[in-house]
Formats: sequence, structure tokens, C-alpha cells
Amino acid sequence: MSDKTDTLAPVDVLTAAQRVAIARHPGRPGVAEIIDALFTDFFEQRGDRSSTDDPSIMGGIARFHGRPVTVLGNRKGADIEERVACNFGMASPEGYRKAQRIMLAAQKFGRPILTFVDTSGAYPGLEAEEHGQGEAIARSIELMSSLTVPVISVICGEGGSGGALALAVGNRVIMLENAVYSVLSPEGFASILWKDSSRADEACEVMKLTADDLLELGIIDGIIPEPAGGAHENATALFQVLDTQLTRELEALSKMSPTALANDRYRKFRAMGATAVKRGRI
Amino acid sequence: MAGILAERRNRLLALKKMRQQGTAPAVEEKTCPSCGRVLHDDDLVNNQFVCPYCGHHFAIPARDRIKMIADDGQFRELDVALVSTDPLEFPDYPDKLAKLRSKTRQGDAIVTGIAKIGGVRVAVAALDTRFLMASMGAVVGEKLTRLIERATKQHLPLIVFSASGGARMQEGIISLMQMAKTSAAIQRFSDKGGLYISVLTHPTTGGVTASFASLGDIMLAEPGALIGFAGPRVIEQTIGE
Ligand SMILES: [Zn+2]
Repeated sequence: MSDKTDTLAPVDVLTAAQRVAIARHPGRPGVAEIIDALFTDFFEQRGDRSSTDDPSIMGGIARFHGRPVTVLGNRKGADIEERVACNFGMASPEGYRKAQRIMLAAQKFGRPILTFVDTSGAYPGLEAEEHGQGEAIARSIELMSSLTVPVISVICGEGGSGGALALAVGNRVIMLENAVYSVLSPEGFASILWKDSSRADEACEVMKLTADDLLELGIIDGIIPEPAGGAHENATALFQVLDTQLTRELEALSKMSPTALANDRYRKFRAMGATAVKRGRI
Repeated sequence: MAGILAERRNRLLALKKMRQQGTAPAVEEKTCPSCGRVLHDDDLVNNQFVCPYCGHHFAIPARDRIKMIADDGQFRELDVALVSTDPLEFPDYPDKLAKLRSKTRQGDAIVTGIAKIGGVRVAVAALDTRFLMASMGAVVGEKLTRLIERATKQHLPLIVFSASGGARMQEGIISLMQMAKTSAAIQRFSDKGGLYISVLTHPTTGGVTASFASLGDIMLAEPGALIGFAGPRVIEQTIGE
């Protein structure tokens, strides 16, 4: 899965902090561009069916090589106006509730779900708290863990904390080469642990947030190589590789029964986090 | 009503016995942070760690919390010796863990076990803020998941007393994955008809709020407990509200 092709020679010498910068590059292809390039007949589903539509979560029905699927992802926005509307990709509880109803519809009609994750985290505002941000994320994670359709999650840019995990409980979790995935932003990490957010670069190194680190830790299943310099340098080349990998993964998962898919996902996350038994007195 | 009073008396007697045996919980705070009055250990223990003057709820060590609610103050603790593997080889982390283990006599920030409450067998867990702010790393996630799976198999009600500063920073992405692990276990437990009572104590924030703590059939909270996804500090730093 992590085979790297010659045409997309990766630059292996990038530091973790440099990869964070690439992952945040404003020209990096987002969910809207990916849907446009890899899918046809996209029909967007909006709103959480109870209060509002959060545009920072984009989702709907589409065809992938002719096959009906559900696509879902974090939208950061293409220009400044859209970025503001999308809260810079930080979803509200309404966004996660929209994601849940879209996923439930996918399960009902047996459509595989493909998620494209790119968020610095869930929105941490006062209103989000009042509307139950914690519960909305918890319910998304809980729902995803039990889905009986194939779920493939791609960490495309930033995978920040529970806000990213809420869309990333997949049978397969794969990362673009320069994407990062972590418990918190490096800035937040540095400020919580060292009370100094200016030590973010240092945090990048100890956090183990690159695709290579996470593959080694068994958190992800594979890495999609990017064009030299990052996905924004040649999005078309990236889309081709992504398309090939998604096709392969989807084919494999489609052979599994609904129960097997849910069990597979349970076992996958159940196994994460080794512990030890201490001898003698604690 | 008489039943409730009798039970309360039993719990107080259990605590009294613990005091006599010298195993009574040590109370670190002597001045109530809410009303500023100086409190004696006995005042607090007799009043179940609630300030008798203003009703402030003090943090309670995990084992004491469970003993206070269990019949006769008895419970069978599970996975006592489970400890962290320091998966990210994080600087100074093993030292910190060793110190906290010897201070709290706990393997990590959670205690799990089987108890009886009013004669009913229950699976029960309590998080402990003395241990790195009860943050969730692999040990918290694993012990809780094992308890949930046991409760699922044995058809026991599940009671979790949550408290947490969020994810365990020193275990990075592994901590994040514990949110998926515990939530998935709760989902299966719930699917089989299990009753889950989630009790939120001060403070319950971050990844714990965004996973198992928010998934209770019945949700209770301590009066005045801070409950949220982001803590006030994060909100302030990120967006200045
Ligand atoms: Zn008081």
C-alpha cells in the first residue's frame, strides 16, 4: 500500500514541521476538489435536519466508477469568504450531526462511505459547547464504529483531535504522504504541555504525527504518495494515485458481509493502545 | 426513604471503619475553594466529600469513590497492575508515571471493578484527577473497554464516574484512538440492551467528554462541575471568547 512510484518521487528528508506546513498549504486540494476529480453525479446533502447547515462538513451521494457511494469530508473553503463561512474547517456540533444523518442514510441504502478528513479540530467556541460539541463527536464516533457498510477514511491534510476522528473510524484509514494526524495541534500541544505555544516545531517532532510515524504505530493502513513539494504542486497526479488506491480498497471491502465489516472495524480500533502488566507492588 | 437513610448510614459506617483502620482517604484540600472555610478531614469524610457549608464537591480518589457507593464499601478491583508502555517514548514520562503510581497506589488514572449497589451487581469505574488530571491514555482506554466488554457479557449495568482533563498528551495519537475504542465498546454494550449510567464529576473535558462520558443512557453531573469539549483555557486561546 505504501509503495512509492518513481513518477511521484517523494522527498523523504522533510521534517515533521515542514510536513505540517504542507498539510496546511492554502492551495492543498480539499474535499470539494477531490469530489470534483474522482466522483461523478455528486448530489450534496445539507443540514442536520433539526437546526442548520454547517458548510464546514460537506457530504452527499455520488458515483465512484459508476457505483453509488456516500462521500463526506471537512471543507476549509477555497477563498477567504468561503473560509470564513466554513469556520476554517472547524465543524460545529450541527456539522457532526449532519455527518451522522448522511452516514445513516448510506447504511440504509447499502452505500459504501468514503470520508476525506482535513480539519485542525472541532470548533471550540462557547456556542459549540452549549450545543453539545462533545456529545456530537461522541455520537459520530459511536455510529461510525457500528456501520455495516464499507468505510474508507483518508486523512488529506490536517487530522486534528476528536474533530478529525469523528469522521475517521474507517475499516481502512489511509493518509496522504504529507498529511498529519494528531491528538491536538502542535501549537495546542506545546502550550498545554510546556505552556509555550512558540515551541510548536519542537512539538511536531515528539508528537509522532507524520504518515510514516502513524503507519509504524499501526494507526493507519497505508500512505498515498504525493508529488514532490506536496499535493498542491500537481493535484492531477495525486488524484490518479488516490483513485487507484480507493478502487483497490473498496473492491476488497465490498467482498465482506455487513456483520464482518462492523466486526472488522471494532477489532481494528480495539487493538489500538498496548498496555503492560506490572509485576510486584504498584 | 427509610431505605435510603439506612444505606447512607451504612456508607458512613464503612468510611468510619476505613478511618479506624487507617485506610481512610487523605484529603489534600483543607480550605474549601468555593467558600474559603477551613475544613477538617472528618467534616469532609462524614459529609461524603461535600463542603458542609456551601455544598462544594471535592475531588475524590477513585477507589474511595467506588467504596463510598458500594455495599459495605467492598468491590473487586480488576486489572490492578495494568500500566502504560510509554508508546511514544516521551521524554520524562516513565518517571512521572512511576512517581504517580507510588503516590496513588494505582496503575494509572482509572480504577475499575465489580461491586454491589443495593444488592445489584454492577460494573463500575472511576477516574482519578490526581493522576495527570485523569487524562485518557492507553491504560484508561483499555481498562474501561475490558470493563464494558465484561458488563456486556455478564449483562451488568455499567456506572462510570468520569473526570478528565482530556487526552493524555504524552501518549499522543494513541490517546485519541482510545476515544474510538471506548465508544465502540459502549455502542456494543448498548446494542445488547445494557444500562449505562454516566456520572460527570468536576472537571470532565476533552476526549473523555467527546467519547464514553457523553454516551450514557442516564447522565448525572455533580453540581457546579465543569463539563465541556474544550476547556476554558483552550477556548480562550483558540478564539478569544
Ligand atoms: Zn465550601
